[in-house]
Amino acid sequence: MAEKSGAEILIDSLLAQGVDTVFGYPGGAVLPIYDTLFQHPKIRHVLVRHEAGAAHAAEGYARSTGKPGVVLVTSGPGATNAVTGIADAFLDSIPMVVITGQVATNLIGSDAFQEADTIGITRHCTKHNYLVKDPSELAAVVTEAFHIATQGRPGPVVIDIPKNVQVASTEYDRHGTNSSKRYAPAGDADFAAITKAVELLATAKSPILYTGGGIINAGPDASKALRELAALSGAPVTSTLMGLGAFPAESDQWLGMLGMHGTYEANMAMNQCDVMLCLGARFDDRVTGRLDAFSPNSIKVHVDIDRSSINKTVHVDLPIVADVGKAIRQMISVWNSRKRQAAKLDEWWSRIKGWRSVGSLNYPENKSEIMPQFAIERLYALTKDKAPIITTEVGQHQMWASQHFHFDEPNKWLTSGGLGTMGYGLPAAIGAQMGNPDALVIDIAGEASIQMNIQEMGTASQYRLPVKVFILNNEWMGMVRQWQQLTYESRYSNSYSDSLPDFVALAEAYGWKGIRCDDPAKLDDAIAEMIAYDGPVMFDCRVTKEANCFPMIPSGAAHTEMILHSDEVSGTMDDEAKALV
Amino acid sequence: MHIKQEIAERHVLTLTVDNEAGTLARIAGMFTSRGYNIDSLTVADITEDHSVSRITIVTKGPPEVIDQIIAQCERLIPVHKVTDLTDAGPHVERELALVKVSGAGDKRVEAMRLADIYRARVIDATVSSFIFEITGGPDKIDTFVQLMRELGLVEVGRTGIVGLMRGAEAS
Repeated sequence: MAEKSGAEILIDSLLAQGVDTVFGYPGGAVLPIYDTLFQHPKIRHVLVRHEAGAAHAAEGYARSTGKPGVVLVTSGPGATNAVTGIADAFLDSIPMVVITGQVATNLIGSDAFQEADTIGITRHCTKHNYLVKDPSELAAVVTEAFHIATQGRPGPVVIDIPKNVQVASTEYDRHGTNSSKRYAPAGDADFAAITKAVELLATAKSPILYTGGGIINAGPDASKALRELAALSGAPVTSTLMGLGAFPAESDQWLGMLGMHGTYEANMAMNQCDVMLCLGARFDDRVTGRLDAFSPNSIKVHVDIDRSSINKTVHVDLPIVADVGKAIRQMISVWNSRKRQAAKLDEWWSRIKGWRSVGSLNYPENKSEIMPQFAIERLYALTKDKAPIITTEVGQHQMWASQHFHFDEPNKWLTSGGLGTMGYGLPAAIGAQMGNPDALVIDIAGEASIQMNIQEMGTASQYRLPVKVFILNNEWMGMVRQWQQLTYESRYSNSYSDSLPDFVALAEAYGWKGIRCDDPAKLDDAIAEMIAYDGPVMFDCRVTKEANCFPMIPSGAAHTEMILHSDEVSGTMDDEAKALV
Repeated sequence: MHIKQEIAERHVLTLTVDNEAGTLARIAGMFTSRGYNIDSLTVADITEDHSVSRITIVTKGPPEVIDQIIAQCERLIPVHKVTDLTDAGPHVERELALVKVSGAGDKRVEAMRLADIYRARVIDATVSSFIFEITGGPDKIDTFVQLMRELGLVEVGRTGIVGLMRGAEAS
């Protein structure tokens, strides 16, 4: 057997995992790995401008392709800069393997140059992490890391490799790698529980399918299975922010997103249903509103691959720990073998129709200024034929995008749901474009969020990635300002986006195209110009400055207490509600 | 507004885990980061090849939090198995304490007499002090330490609880 260095073993192990793209940034403690990478053109390295960008780009790549994202950064600040992206991937269950350099083993603990306790820092925002102290362990660790990152509930895994371990050599044979089988997540569901779930769904008078990001993570077939189950049962379908696209928005059975900024019909149906089938979602606080008033009269079935998601916040009647795609397939097969017919749901649907007629996503028309909702609507109308991949930053623009952009397929909607990371959208778009070179990739951004990772414009320029950044520029950290208006009597503490750059000039400085539009009548042409341009575009869409995002369930309120329009805004809240923000 | 306190019950959990660097930090840190309590924690490797350790954790929380704690422990990659001894039924719990008492005359004699009643062994003696070794359930040790307080208690070292299920099956 031949001897290889740790760095060579690492790169060969990545190749064995089918890795062809790595997002990273070099530095002292990863120089041996970068030197090996130099000699392996099969792996394309995308040089970002900041390590946070590398992690988010890997997330965008993973979410849009279904393959794990791979990150390579140096020790100390390289690793700490990547932590936000790692934490983001942890909360949104994104498969990711992060390789960090570390100071040599004999220097660990000595406060050496660029030393940070990466394993300690990332311990609770990774699914698992490793400090590799011997190159002979490396191949098995990489194999197990990819297994853990991608199987079960996906998540980030960090491999911290000291510099001397990268240089030291050991005997290596790719095919001789023995990896432990200690991680074996759930697969098929318990048959009796599936049968019970089918009976509940088939005999319900007012059922609802409440779906989440788990369906996307379970792969394209899970989305197909969901569509079949919905067709068989005739039940309405709603989804969390993370699950958008798993069920087609064009379907009559689609209620729109639920939760804090979800539609009235979705939240009312959740509140009034008699059977709730939760598929790959986790009863997040942004979804449930006030817990003691959450869907008080329903029997709840929860399918989740992560046992710790069950009964975490909401008590469920029938827990099913399984891969959600497999569980839905099992339900379909039980449904068919028992020759179940869809129950008569006319009365339920007529109630839903009543809620729909409220038109909770309506907004005031404005001929002189661009309403942000209008901008999203037009962006959707003019791009939907191209089935674009949409990423977002975090804030009002994100919620408006989730409400007014519609998705019919999974893996097209990339957003930071759990951690709510401003600065996610642009690097995620870069990662998505790397994984989908022919797709139209648009980052719907706000003028505040985009500045959090704006340096990644350089990355798009370098790799000629034709990403589009569509900024809803209202000169405010809009969601912060909205909360201040609703909760703190309009005391706008530090939420104004002062000293904004000229986004068009900035675009040009990076070799991008810059477009500005502030006239609703000219918006369509400007969007068409953006789509037609074969290169990166920054679109400064000047919108109405103080529009609020409605509907909204205020903090600490129940689904039935939605604010539908801005004239219902009270301007203050009690301390209990403030604390729930 | 004031922070509300929740009513908690005591549970003894026993975990078998991979004996590798960082496992204890992972488990103890998970308790801290998710806001769970640890009343006591013991850990030692238990297999011939030193590859597996048993961790016994005494924790407090409402039933639904205990259930979450178990699920969160099981989610950690190096954790093989988690058993809630309190929930699982008949089990034994034992703790060892070293109790140092100093004194002379009647108090010294009384300390010896009580140690005998509590089946504590003397493992170190000087003309003015003893170290007693006592094992038992936590209540017994609490009581013994309380009695020694009046008789010249100097210091106490306790191991925390280890526990196993009764009967032939593994915990």
